[in-house]
Amino acid sequence: MAKAPSAPASATDITAATTAARPSDALTRAQKLELFYWMRLTRSLEEKLVNLYRQTKVVGGLFRSLGQEADAVGSAFALGRRDIMSPLIRNLGAMLVKGATPLEVLKQYMAKEDSPTRGRELNIHFGDTDRGFIGQISPLGDMVPVMSGVTLTFKMRKEDRVGLVFVGEGATSTGAFHEGINFAGVQRLPLVVVVENNGYAYSTPTAKQSAVKHFVDKAIGYGIAGEQADGNDVLAVYDAVKRAVDRARGGGGVTLVELITFRRRGHAEHDNQSYVPTGQIEEWEKHNDPLDRYLHVLKTEYAATDAEIQAMYDRIQSEIDAATDEAEKSGTPHPLDSLVGVYADPPSEQPLWFRRDAADNDAYGAERPESWGTWNVTKGSAS
Amino acid sequence: MPAEITYLEAIREALFEEMERDENVFCLGEDIGAFGGAFKVTEGLMAKFGESRVIDSPISEIAIVGAAAGAGHMGMRPVVEMQFIDFIANAYDMLTNYVATARYRAFLPCPMVVRGPSGGYVRGGPFHSQNPEAGFIHTPGLKVVYPSTAEDAKGLMKAAIRDEDCVLFFEHKYLYRRIKGVMPAGDHVVPIGKARIAREGTDVSIITYAATVYKALEAAEQLAEHGISVEVLDLRTLAPLDDEAIIATVKKTNRLLIVHEDTRTGGIAGEITARVSESCFEWLDAPILRVTAADIPLPYSPPLEDYVLPQTADIVRAIRRLASY
Repeated sequence: MAKAPSAPASATDITAATTAARPSDALTRAQKLELFYWMRLTRSLEEKLVNLYRQTKVVGGLFRSLGQEADAVGSAFALGRRDIMSPLIRNLGAMLVKGATPLEVLKQYMAKEDSPTRGRELNIHFGDTDRGFIGQISPLGDMVPVMSGVTLTFKMRKEDRVGLVFVGEGATSTGAFHEGINFAGVQRLPLVVVVENNGYAYSTPTAKQSAVKHFVDKAIGYGIAGEQADGNDVLAVYDAVKRAVDRARGGGGVTLVELITFRRRGHAEHDNQSYVPTGQIEEWEKHNDPLDRYLHVLKTEYAATDAEIQAMYDRIQSEIDAATDEAEKSGTPHPLDSLVGVYADPPSEQPLWFRRDAADNDAYGAERPESWGTWNVTKGSAS
Repeated sequence: MPAEITYLEAIREALFEEMERDENVFCLGEDIGAFGGAFKVTEGLMAKFGESRVIDSPISEIAIVGAAAGAGHMGMRPVVEMQFIDFIANAYDMLTNYVATARYRAFLPCPMVVRGPSGGYVRGGPFHSQNPEAGFIHTPGLKVVYPSTAEDAKGLMKAAIRDEDCVLFFEHKYLYRRIKGVMPAGDHVVPIGKARIAREGTDVSIITYAATVYKALEAAEQLAEHGISVEVLDLRTLAPLDDEAIIATVKKTNRLLIVHEDTRTGGIAGEITARVSESCFEWLDAPILRVTAADIPLPYSPPLEDYVLPQTADIVRAIRRLASY
């Protein structure tokens, strides 16, 4: 059974949710159309990735954000250019808003040599601090402490910058989440912690994750502000996160923002969601799709025309097609690149002896004749 | 002639000098500010550099290590204190999954130091005596140093703070106030990755580090009276290991004893043994022996702790066995 998004809970400081002025009122019509563009781009790019996954061109797992595009896009849209965000696996849309390109995402999924991580990491685990997003890691909750350090730096340097970290409702159960948000709260750091409550952590339903009814209530325990919003209403998301970003920028410290949404695909594409009650997914798809809802708003309240929307679809399609063609042309990494860059010094590890041939000896120096060893210890040790 | 200072004071001096030299260096840890830390390593830092650069944290090892990584990404050079190095286990995920991989997977630098009082011989019991270095030596992306002298404590701390990657800095609490040294003049930096000959010898080599360097030196002194010349190599850095120095001493004496205070199974002695076997097997005249702690959580009571940890007499016994092989 689909559940309507809950009403704001009785957490600290969520009175703003009921005040008249909405931050999104200040967005231009063009910006409001742009929000739809990013959501549609996210969905279309993921649909392309599904095709590539089925062709085995995506060599690892594929993670969808179907039905959650509004929470990712609306949140990132509330950030300034120099603000830094740490996305999670369902936040492709947020990364696109922050400047990640479809070409990068395609190359990354296809493990290409010129992908953002040169084939070292999977899916959307990549970042660029200049554009303002930091790559996540798989252990959940870890990015909360890391982003507390990023925003601690903003505070120490008196920079007018804000950090935003996405976590799922599942990650709120981790020690890292607790320690990170508590530390950020104590230090009154300019950090927004977005908890995407999408109903499931892999197969574990929210009810088995926490005894709290509303994750926003956790804000009370940390002495920080809380906001709760309908995660499938992109303008409501923008409003809640923008208030939190403004609060952070103004010296008001950390805000926990709970966005209520629903994960319509499995944890990854291999997951058949057998654990989801019959009809629940269809219910959200039919009645609470963030793109359908926002398209209706754009048409009825902002007079978006079919021609405008079609032009956007066409633009997205051609961008993705062009990026796919280009990504497919890229090569795979050279195996020896695997040895490079574990440390700044030394810049590269050396090939193990059973992986060496004469050409490697030219590059790394021949092994000593008496040695079957792994290490190239030549100086002063001739036999 | 400059005065001698303790191993602990040498670390503090390095922190002072580096914080003065580089405004990006800051300290983060539990009770390190006004209180000066459980062992007073950071005493005086807050008075000198202020609360914004000497940050008292909640009891949150995950948070402070993670925050150090985030600050490192932004160009800061954090020095994190573990109140006791035993508690670094709480931050194991953050160090091994996040920090150690950041440069490789995401090209994100983590120029940070995690330091803390380590080791036993102090009646500290199971949670204030540990030597957890082996798990981190095993993790690509981390560097591990563990000095035995006051001079090295200062010089390696300065090198660790200036390193572009995360350095775990183990401080032996038994040595904190027992060991003294005269600091070399000027900007004294000891390079990471270089071992030190603590005593020259010709018959048997001991490879060791931290507090057991002194047990090895005592043993060498005793054995010299019996005509056995022992060389003692102080590793100083455990990751990366100084293979050249290890191989050089083995080739010189052809007999090797490895001594560490860490437990036996999975300790670094096994790794050194493998490297020597792979690189200079035919130079050995005897099997490689190890004197280590027993595979036991470290007990509190003196007779128990003394029995579990390596002692000078154990080293003497092992050297005699090697010398007569």
